[in-house]
Amino acid sequence: MVEPRVDVSIERKDAGAAAAPARRHPNTCPTCGSHYRDDELRANLRVCPQCGHHFAVQARERIEQLSDPGSFEEEAAEVRSADPLAFFDLRPYAERLAEAELATGLGEAIVVGRATLEEHPCVLSVMDFSFLGGSMGSAVGEKFARACETAAVHDAPLVSVTASGGARMQEGILSLMQLPKTVCAVEDLRDSGGAMFSVMAHPTTAGVLASFASLGDVLVAEPGALLSFTGPRVVQQTTREKLPDDFGLAESNYRFGHVDAIVPRSELRGFLARLLRLFSHAG
Amino acid sequence: MPGEAELRLRERLGRLRSMNLLGGTKLSADLERLQRQLERLEEEPTDEDIWRSVELARHSDRPYTLDYVERMLDDWVELHGDRSRADDEAIVAGIGRFAGRTVTLIGHQKGRDLKDRQLRNFGMAFPEGYGKAMRVMELAERHGFPVITLVDTPGAYPGVAAEQHGQGGAIARSQALQARLGVPIVSCIIGEGGSGGAIAIALADRVLMQENAIYSVISPEGCAAILWRDAGQARKAAAAFKPDATHCLELGVIDAIVFEPEGGAQADHDDAARLLAEALHGALEELDGVVGDDLRRARREKFRSMGVYA
Repeated sequence: MVEPRVDVSIERKDAGAAAAPARRHPNTCPTCGSHYRDDELRANLRVCPQCGHHFAVQARERIEQLSDPGSFEEEAAEVRSADPLAFFDLRPYAERLAEAELATGLGEAIVVGRATLEEHPCVLSVMDFSFLGGSMGSAVGEKFARACETAAVHDAPLVSVTASGGARMQEGILSLMQLPKTVCAVEDLRDSGGAMFSVMAHPTTAGVLASFASLGDVLVAEPGALLSFTGPRVVQQTTREKLPDDFGLAESNYRFGHVDAIVPRSELRGFLARLLRLFSHAG
Repeated sequence: MPGEAELRLRERLGRLRSMNLLGGTKLSADLERLQRQLERLEEEPTDEDIWRSVELARHSDRPYTLDYVERMLDDWVELHGDRSRADDEAIVAGIGRFAGRTVTLIGHQKGRDLKDRQLRNFGMAFPEGYGKAMRVMELAERHGFPVITLVDTPGAYPGVAAEQHGQGGAIARSQALQARLGVPIVSCIIGEGGSGGAIAIALADRVLMQENAIYSVISPEGCAAILWRDAGQARKAAAAFKPDATHCLELGVIDAIVFEPEGGAQADHDDAARLLAEALHGALEELDGVVGDDLRRARREKFRSMGVYA
């Protein structure tokens, strides 16, 4: 049996916590089975040197990959999720939050701030799938909206990198309201004349795909990334349709006209630098 | 807990009370309505109340968008098609006269019998449906017609073709268009306000919600399947994420609750339509004379401020 090319188990919103028992080591390539030391994978931008599979990149490391060394100044780092519904499923939401913070060293599933990229000023907004599946609750929505405002104030393009399973169910309807909230923030940025480039990493699905991630002036996908409103498992269960092999993948989205480019990670920094040059007022 | 919603209501109530010295039946009706909303807020709904809302919101006799259109609008002209690929019957859109003015109305449409349900795809739209909504919103903008949207969907359709046609992008762009419109937008959740498929047409100046409607990020069954790993725990899930109107008002997600006839909207379609029309009319009147730039600014600020974080 050939292994599936991409891990599409995105419905598991408690990623990082209860992993499937048969889960492979995080540094083993799910496509070709090659195994790497962490430092070699990191040095290769977390792309498999054998087959080109793109592993997940955590927010801090992504910022290192994209920004000029030492240029990143984080903003809104103090914003944390609250627990407005006192939500309790099998475990309290508050406990899941604390655990995610301990496991990732992040306050939330998104990191935002100003930086330069090949000396072009920009604002970076980077999501982290390892924090509760990159799900968007009130804190994520607020931090993204602030990134839009910073971009407008400093007249610097916004570079958004997404990796998210969608809205954070534990915040109920308030998590759904982060869709219109982030959409309004992007519209304000547009009115100020600001530009936004959206880089969609694996996976960018549901609420995040159905809001700000789809609204960049330029939409870029990473190879093999799942970009779908509904995940393949739910589509399969609901419709009993036979899914195409490339269901919802970046390549399929590209073919159907939903993204402008699929850019391998090794070329991403250069691609974004070119866009920043093109959109800079200085010409 | 005296939330922000309660404070807002108390403030409005106070304002109306002082204005009431001038008399007028409209004001006293408003007063009564606000008083009832306040009373509701003070009583925390129980888990059973919440589940009852879920059942009533999905009741097979509940009035759907076209039932309201028939009762509230004159000279209705339905518009079809997204001008690109198809006519998605899960969303209806058109132009009509409402309380003395021309309006556009867009709403999810569910079917009553088996055949009709299939035709309407159970109120679950494809991207083509949101495409139709968007082009009718653009028409409204061109001619200065207010936009009324009625939300009643389990969610956007989760299928292969829907994905291939760009479901996520369509929902995002439909919201973005509403954030730009310079005409008044009033929405009401009239049944199921299911996730992205609902918010796609609910980025409005005034968001109303019927007493027994639900508005949620995921269906109770879906939430239970993911968080409890058992879709049978839907009741528990609903009690935890609180999709009922009272909680939505308390969290500042909606502006007002629209009351239903005794027992629920399914009991008396005419009366349900009368109450809904009254509420929509009131909301539109509040927005009368506000210029486009101010509408847009206030609408964006309203959604920009949503959420609770530390």
